[in-house]
Amino acid sequence: MIDPTGLELVARAVRGAVGEGSVRETIHFRGEATLDVRPDDVHEVIRFLTADADEPFDFLASVHGCDYFPKEPRLAVHYQLLSSERRERLGVRTRMTVEVAESGTVPTVTDLFPTADFQEKEIFDFFGVRFAGHEDLRRLHMPEDYEGHPQRRDFPIGGEPVLYTYNEHEVPRWYE
Amino acid sequence: MSSPLSTPYREREESVTLERIEAPLAGTAVEPDAELFTVNMGPHHPATHGVLRLLCTLEGEVVRDVVPLIGYVHTGIEKSCEDQQYWKAITFVERMDYLAYYFNAYAFCAAVERLLGEEVPPRAQYLRVIHMELNRIASHLFWLGTSALDLGAISMLWWSLRDRDMILDLFEMSGGQRLHTRYFQVGGVMEDIPPGFERKTRDFTATMRTRIDQYEALLDENQIFVERLRDVGIVSRERLKGLGVSGPLIRATGDTWDLRKAMPYCSYEHFEFRIPVGTVGDHYDRYRVRIAEMRESMRIVEQALDGLPEGPYITNNRKVALPPRHELATSMEALIHHFKLVTEGFRVPPGEVYEAIESPRGELGCFVVADGSSKPARVHMRDPSFVNLQSLHDMAQGELIADLVASIAMLDPILGGIDR
Repeated sequence: MIDPTGLELVARAVRGAVGEGSVRETIHFRGEATLDVRPDDVHEVIRFLTADADEPFDFLASVHGCDYFPKEPRLAVHYQLLSSERRERLGVRTRMTVEVAESGTVPTVTDLFPTADFQEKEIFDFFGVRFAGHEDLRRLHMPEDYEGHPQRRDFPIGGEPVLYTYNEHEVPRWYE
Repeated sequence: MSSPLSTPYREREESVTLERIEAPLAGTAVEPDAELFTVNMGPHHPATHGVLRLLCTLEGEVVRDVVPLIGYVHTGIEKSCEDQQYWKAITFVERMDYLAYYFNAYAFCAAVERLLGEEVPPRAQYLRVIHMELNRIASHLFWLGTSALDLGAISMLWWSLRDRDMILDLFEMSGGQRLHTRYFQVGGVMEDIPPGFERKTRDFTATMRTRIDQYEALLDENQIFVERLRDVGIVSRERLKGLGVSGPLIRATGDTWDLRKAMPYCSYEHFEFRIPVGTVGDHYDRYRVRIAEMRESMRIVEQALDGLPEGPYITNNRKVALPPRHELATSMEALIHHFKLVTEGFRVPPGEVYEAIESPRGELGCFVVADGSSKPARVHMRDPSFVNLQSLHDMAQGELIADLVASIAMLDPILGGIDR
């Protein structure tokens, strides 16, 4: 487990290798260490942490999205790195506004970890984060022609018309 | 050309070869004039273990490409959780991976407990371990039955479901429900185990030991079963790690990674058990690892029953856990707490945690963001089936289409967990 001092050392190493402004914030909460990085630097930071760092991480356990609405910048992508040798976890988080997310600034990490393929598709589907360089970014759970990104906090719960025989003519575009 | 029916049947019989069809190596370049055709498998297909749809590109009988298409049982559980109080969301997360419901509930409850900084009493931890390990056996039994069914051993399904029923009877005793028991609460478990539960559990483990021996004798000495699994679907450990695969699939390649040992949670460090690993990483290893895991789970259950500590089964913090029923008649404070918990729920201080546990299928992570209200701002399950499904392409490519069915069976995907 990474302690607060260790996290600062990791942050210093990342700042030295990737750039002074790459790590915006370090968070140590309930025994969990997280680096908050700039969206453009995600790929470089994860490449550094898995390949060049003194204590590298070898496993990308999870990639998931989050919406901190109404706080700004509201959207976030979390990467959970794991070192199976030292049994340590490190979270890498990047926060961005909706405009940044949709402009395709966040680079994909599928070239480093193929596991990110499905998970980045899921984040694109649910939050609308366009990963730059992802070869096949498309909706995963929702239908191809779905409009909107349903896991965003301002997307309402419910409101999906349920298709029955009696109301199929009232549901718009059901026949298309 | 003569009609096939005009050939005498004895001659036709002799022409049938029983030799193994050698599949060409994976990744060989496809001749431009070779005929490739695309076959859709699923979403409603008995061998896909749920509503999984596969687009298979075939060259003759050899699979050249598989694309899993998912989302057919996407029910928006993660979104629905954001509209529920924390104690009500347990019911939702249990329904994700519907064969490992205790694990889903544990991952969520443990994440919320960490956000609250709440200690779980030792007895509750042991009770959780007992139920999780029983659930692991039940999940593996269901996998064994359905996988053997896919490979043609039909009787295995009824036998493994017969044993799984004994576990469901135990769940019914302790939690009142057979599936989706909602037995785990934030801070502990719902109720103490009733009298007779321990004896029945010990009866079950004693019976199950001989049953597993019988199943092994049945399947391991069946030449068809073994030949269909051995040396099929081998994927290297490095590739699997890159794909994020965890659980029995990665252990079948010889990796000893198991979160129960590596990063113990819920007092798993108190128990003595071994981590079964394979050698080659083929389907046969995956089968053996899961069978061996069932035996180890039974050891853990017995140890937990032996060392079950006395004490409360849920935290005494009335701000989180409901007061006991008998206090409501005598104590005003208990009544207020009960009312507040049921109507509003407890509030969780802001923060975010990622809690990872070892489910029957691998690393089950629960990511919870709290914003200070009584409802979670985000609940995400890193479901092992979802991540492991990406390795199906590597397992099936270059193999025969009949082995694709075996690959799905040995992958053990649960579509409720994949689509959520």
